[in-house]
Amino acid sequence: MTTPMMLALYTPAAAPFLAALLALVLPSRIAVWTGLLAAVAVLASGVTLTTTDATLSVSGALGLLRADALTAWMLLTIGAVAVIACAAAPGYLRHEAAHHRRYLTLIQLFLACMSLAVLADNLGLFWVALEATTIVTAFLVGHRRTRESVEAAWKYVVLCSVGIAIAFLGIVCLYAASVAAGGHGVTALSWTHLASSAHSLDPALTKLATGLILLGFGTKAGLAPMHAWLPDAHSQAPAPVSALMSGVLLSVAFYAILRYRAIADAALGPAYVRTLLLTAALASLVVAAMLLIAQRDYKRLLAYSSIEHMGLIALGTAFGVRIAIAAVLLHILGHGLVKSVAFCASGQVLHVTGSPDIAAVRALAARQPGLAGAFGISLVALLGLPPFSLFASELGVARAGFASGHGWAVAVAFTLMLVAFVAIARHGARMLLGPPAAQSTAPPPSVHRGRGLVFLGIGLTTAAMLGLYLGPLTDVLDAAAVVAGGH
Amino acid sequence: MSNEVSGQLLNLCCGLFLLSAVGVLWRRQVSSLITLLVVQGLALTGIAGLLAAQRHSPEVIGVAVGVGALKVGVVPWMLRRVHNRVPDARETRPLANVSASLLAAAGLTLLAYAAARPLVALAPSASAHATPVGVAVVLIGFFLAATRQRAISQIIGVLLIDNGIAAVAFLATGGVPLIVELGASADLVLAVLVLQILTSRLLATFGPTDLDGLRELHD
Repeated sequence: MTTPMMLALYTPAAAPFLAALLALVLPSRIAVWTGLLAAVAVLASGVTLTTTDATLSVSGALGLLRADALTAWMLLTIGAVAVIACAAAPGYLRHEAAHHRRYLTLIQLFLACMSLAVLADNLGLFWVALEATTIVTAFLVGHRRTRESVEAAWKYVVLCSVGIAIAFLGIVCLYAASVAAGGHGVTALSWTHLASSAHSLDPALTKLATGLILLGFGTKAGLAPMHAWLPDAHSQAPAPVSALMSGVLLSVAFYAILRYRAIADAALGPAYVRTLLLTAALASLVVAAMLLIAQRDYKRLLAYSSIEHMGLIALGTAFGVRIAIAAVLLHILGHGLVKSVAFCASGQVLHVTGSPDIAAVRALAARQPGLAGAFGISLVALLGLPPFSLFASELGVARAGFASGHGWAVAVAFTLMLVAFVAIARHGARMLLGPPAAQSTAPPPSVHRGRGLVFLGIGLTTAAMLGLYLGPLTDVLDAAAVVAGGH
Repeated sequence: MSNEVSGQLLNLCCGLFLLSAVGVLWRRQVSSLITLLVVQGLALTGIAGLLAAQRHSPEVIGVAVGVGALKVGVVPWMLRRVHNRVPDARETRPLANVSASLLAAAGLTLLAYAAARPLVALAPSASAHATPVGVAVVLIGFFLAATRQRAISQIIGVLLIDNGIAAVAFLATGGVPLIVELGASADLVLAVLVLQILTSRLLATFGPTDLDGLRELHD
């Protein structure tokens, strides 16, 4: 095995961990940049793994870590969103009086846990890493120590811990089934072993395990009806943290469902998981569409839009054919990029206007053209308009749905998404357009510096380019879809 | 120790394990809830230790010692520290009263026996027949977390769920792999630590009210 591949296997978890240790000792103005460097290292590892060989499989650390095309795709997403979120850190910390060190340490630990989760070749270790993300993000959600943020942090930790405990019970059941089918020790829970021995798992016990695992990881992925923590946590966390939570943490939790679906389908046939996922997908879309209409808070607006997009991702996964899974993976990357830009921009809007209310933001385009541009374009991309990659992936999911005989589900889902579209477009237009109100003749709260917008622009440009041309990523996307059981 | 004696001791531990969970629903004084958790931790350690002795597995003996230290020592100690900050904590207005809670516990235990049938049917050992006890404790934990209003009661609900899952893992499979067990235990300690710190922040920002007072965030 070549050295660059081994480096790419260990760097995504090691670099942010090192940066977290450095953040404890270095002054925060330097630690901001080492943190950004660690995020770039994660992205570089993802790029290394995706561009060398689409059918790769690298393992290390006594077989506990493994990277294949699906892992590489997830690392690419984590790295891209992390770069955007870490580049927004200096802008965020400039307006925060204290606790810089804690913020910078925890956010790097958060990154390390997510990288470890997708690299773990073991369902049990994946669980440990995912629960660790809840623990390290708890204080990031409650960072501002207001009534709202402490309440959000409490709900987040209790609901997610309970949800993920359900998944652990499912993992215990699956372990019992895997041991009975001849598995032994740690390997009994390894993704590779489970995938190869799935047909010999006991169907009754696997059915129980599947329900529990989908419910548990579905909670963390923000799927209805276990989504109650999501709007609170995502609206109260600092903007760069919301970007990471909405942009990748939800998808990292969903990644387990993607991998597990292939195993459950081999043991139970495709109908069971498909029914569960279709129910969760349509329920999430209903919840998101209904609550987006009368939304008053723009960060909550973005949070409900994440539930909507996770619903679409679950819908595509339910269809299960290869083009649907490929579209889902492209959607995960595109949504990560665009949602992180939207959240980072919303953090700056919050700073400029001082209010989280949609009604308090008027004529942003006239007052802060650069910021309004970034926020507005990211909303347009979230609505699924071309040329952004979300347009291509939504189209892909719809085509796959009709091709696999689930036209009714596509029709229902896209009707609900149309409702969400109108709601977001109306709220967004109110915030961005219109003449400046009379009081805006007063000097703005602070002159906004353009430097923070550069990375937002890069994120949006990348999402647009991905929508037009995938280039060398086509092979790895296809290989990842095959790994996730697309056929 | 003969197999018969160890089998009977195992049954005793499982009985104690379930009873302590029911006791948590029955008592309201937080200090006695913590004592009940210690008893439950002892019962869980007993289950793990007896299974380890039956299988002559040094790895499982190590896990049993670790579980004992965690559930009997560390976690109750952390809970007592939360309790000392809110000395007069008493469940004043649970959503379900004691008799309704006990009735629910009976129903949940029956449900657990129905739900755990695939587990019992598959596992080869005699101990696997006791797995419904673990599932019942998980369900009682959910019930507690959903119906109690005090922050500390919700933490205890989360701990009951965790104990129940650990019992299922020991009884059905002899314990999950060591590295997963280590990671899960570390997560549990850190989660309780986070909840402990959040409890004091809740106290500082909301005052000693019920979680019912958490009404700042809504749509």
